[in-house]
Amino acid sequence: MTRWAMVADLRRCVGCQTCTAACRQANATPPGVQWRRVLDIEAGEFPNVTRTFVPTGCQHCDDPPCMHVCPSTATRKRDDGIVTIDYDICIGCAYCAVACPYDARWKVNRADFAYGEPMENERAGHDSRRLGVSTKCTFCADKIDAGLAKGLTPGRDPDATPACVNSCIAGALHFGDIDDPDSNVSSLLAENQFFRMHEELGTGPGFFYLWDSA
Amino acid sequence: MTPVAPRRQTNWDARAAGNFIGGGTGTGLLVAAAIAAMWGAFLDIPVLLALLLVGGGLLLVWLEIGKPWRFMNVYRQPKRSWMTREAYAALPVFACGGLAWLSDSAPLVILTAAFALAFLYCQGRILTASKGIPAWREPMMLPLILTTGLTEGMGLFAAVIAATDPVPGWVGFVLFNLAVLRVIVWYAYRGRLVRRAPKATIDILRRMEGGFVLGGNILPVLLILAAVLLPDVARALVFLAGIVALLSGWFLKFVLVTRAAYTQGYALPKLPARGELPQSASEGARPGWN
Repeated sequence: MTRWAMVADLRRCVGCQTCTAACRQANATPPGVQWRRVLDIEAGEFPNVTRTFVPTGCQHCDDPPCMHVCPSTATRKRDDGIVTIDYDICIGCAYCAVACPYDARWKVNRADFAYGEPMENERAGHDSRRLGVSTKCTFCADKIDAGLAKGLTPGRDPDATPACVNSCIAGALHFGDIDDPDSNVSSLLAENQFFRMHEELGTGPGFFYLWDSA
Repeated sequence: MTPVAPRRQTNWDARAAGNFIGGGTGTGLLVAAAIAAMWGAFLDIPVLLALLLVGGGLLLVWLEIGKPWRFMNVYRQPKRSWMTREAYAALPVFACGGLAWLSDSAPLVILTAAFALAFLYCQGRILTASKGIPAWREPMMLPLILTTGLTEGMGLFAAVIAATDPVPGWVGFVLFNLAVLRVIVWYAYRGRLVRRAPKATIDILRRMEGGFVLGGNILPVLLILAAVLLPDVARALVFLAGIVALLSGWFLKFVLVTRAAYTQGYALPKLPARGELPQSASEGARPGWN
């Protein structure tokens, strides 16, 4: 089996938000909608303060609460672990949005462009099917599927790898198959200590955070 | 930068709260009408009012969804989604309730009340299945939704009856007990939330607690006791008690859905090891939580 997952090395992320910009460009999301976000988390008290940049977004959970609550079957999970939304079925009730502990879902009811009138690239990327429905990170599933069809390896070959990973300037974001023991992400997880966010909620996130060497 | 502390959810607004308000009060009213029917009284106005409340709540939700003309898709996931189950439960409520109203049939009112209880149960489960909102996913939310719905409905029933006729003794008795029960369930819910919800949620619930407990529950209890002691003004007192019990339940649900509903936020159980880690930061970070 294949289980696609994202690995973020918190020691490497510098909070540049290039991944956010790359995601927005690749997926043509409207202003304010960030399927890939970078959080800036401060901890401790002055003068002992640390600052951590945390890439986040849909965690493509093993047991996605968004899928369980969806009344329309629009939200589904593929065999490879990617959680998808069928925009033609979704009724836009936003139940998935309140069920997601990662605040990873977005619903936009009307078309919005950066400067009022759509620019050429915005016009080209605009998809009216996304209005009034839930949207979120897809792990660039179309790109993965197209890459696999060409015999490429997601996570290694850029043409089969999510845009955010390709764009990361610090080598903090990695993508791959955690069911493959020889994959890049499996190696990273074996060589480092990691955690998954809100694991206590039982969602089984497919997003791993490295914080120290093993 | 994205805020990292829990934020107030904005996906469900007052229209969603309206569904929980209409569904709860409508169900409670049907249960009250069913009890009356068991005593041999058929009351068509409460039945009609209850159906209008449940229907009005669903209409508000329909106005909130992004693709209203796809509403039939809500019926596609009965295996998993409590929203789908709520939609299914609504069907026999209207079918049976409509027949009961048209035929003046007491057994049909009782059957409608049973379907309505299933509908209200689904509403409670809709909230507890919302893992992203700590104030909703708390299991005590379910008894709270059930109790307040029944209290609101009984309050409205008492007010409707008191407006036109002498109020039977059981109405005050049931309303009294439901108001007491609602306070008990409220404290159980609040108590469990202390370590299970963001600071902002706790603060909001703490701020509204005095008004809700004293004004919304203790006051109607005292009014009913006064009605027992002062039979000359009993109708007015029970009417007032019913209205207070009703409005306080609406207030509670409005606050729970639109004000106290903060998201989970983000948490780091470990901070990245980059050089020397300050001692104060060794336990990770969980902004917005105590």
